[in-house]
Amino acid sequence: MNRLGELERAVMDVLWARNEPMTVREVGKALADRDLAHTTVMTVLDRLAKKKVVDRAREGRAWRYSPAASRENYVSEMMIDALGQTGDRDAALAAFVQSMDGQEAEALRRALAEIEQPRN
Amino acid sequence: MVSAALLSLVSVGCLLAMEALHRAKWPTRGPYTAVIAWQALGLAWGVSTIGALLSFGLSSYQKGAAAGSMALVGDIFTGELFLAELSQGLEGISHIVAVVLAIVLTMVLFYGLVSSFIQVVRVRRRHHDLLALVADEHPDVPGARVVDHPVAAAYCLPGVLRSQVVISAGALEVLDDKELAAVLAHEQAHLRQRHDLVLLPFSSLKRAFPRVRLVRTYYETVALLIEMCADDQARRTSSPRELATALLRFGAAGPASVPDGAMAVVEKAQPGVVRRVNRLLHPDDELSYHIGAFVMGASAFLLASVVCLWHIPV
Repeated sequence: MNRLGELERAVMDVLWARNEPMTVREVGKALADRDLAHTTVMTVLDRLAKKKVVDRAREGRAWRYSPAASRENYVSEMMIDALGQTGDRDAALAAFVQSMDGQEAEALRRALAEIEQPRN
Repeated sequence: MVSAALLSLVSVGCLLAMEALHRAKWPTRGPYTAVIAWQALGLAWGVSTIGALLSFGLSSYQKGAAAGSMALVGDIFTGELFLAELSQGLEGISHIVAVVLAIVLTMVLFYGLVSSFIQVVRVRRRHHDLLALVADEHPDVPGARVVDHPVAAAYCLPGVLRSQVVISAGALEVLDDKELAAVLAHEQAHLRQRHDLVLLPFSSLKRAFPRVRLVRTYYETVALLIEMCADDQARRTSSPRELATALLRFGAAGPASVPDGAMAVVEKAQPGVVRRVNRLLHPDDELSYHIGAFVMGASAFLLASVVCLWHIPV
């Protein structure tokens, strides 16, 4: 992963860990061990805002940033995409197996049990 | 008029051939050949239908569909053709209707293709962004990203510069090492052969005609064939049995109860997974070289004759 991508991830982790909107300075302080320039943190947060994964709101003279959704939300958004549950998105991703209903899953469970029986 | 009649014939013939191909048994034995046949039929249907409408509507020019359209573009600003046609009464009006239908059909197909491409690119970009934030590398699966989610899922995210295979933690849970390798080989095959591009015309048709059951059915048929192509690729490095058990494990890890909603109402044929599993465990003979070559030749011939018919002036 490139450096910016890796930084975006680190910043996101900070925002997720802290449960309140943060300023650029506060994010920079939380990542103090990386010794980042103020502008670097600002750039990263700006990119994240453009990707619509963080929200920002003005408070006084500074922007405060917060995650647009929780980490779990993003994971399940990806899974919903991936399993083709949204109808018209199937061409974007090709899942190994599309999601299926309970009856189908049951039929597969039986087939699997049959396959796995030791052969005589 | 001859070209209009012949093109209509080809158009109807394509529809019949698609239905036959949908019902045929041989495609599972040669999924690559079948996918090419589907593409040729789909393309020939669109081009011949538009051509039939144009060569009927522009028959006054006596130049055929291709040259007639060129002449129309020139005349459209002066309005000459339409005035002349209007003075001919009913026949003239039917010509105008045909030309308008041809233009509408072209626009709808074009719109479907472009908008699904844009949609696909957008979904993928969003997915890439999220992936970079929440997915991890994993020592067991070099070259793939792992997403921490209990549902078993494996998929690929195609792209020109950054394509990616993604596995969920739930999938790692249910698969053993060999099955995992088979799944990864399957997904890599999708990426390597750009199966997403192969499927794109069919998904955009589905977008252009969302209410037509037939379009959806054919889309699903082609999608299943493409999965079989990837299965065949994976079979080169993994045993079919490992791939089959991997498929079953994925499916069997699914929900235990039938969820609400329209899905359960739709009448289900044998699910695609079961057909793939059966095909892996009880393989038929591969499609013979001669039949494959015949299908390819017929596809090429079909497309060539549609192009010729566009240029017949009568």
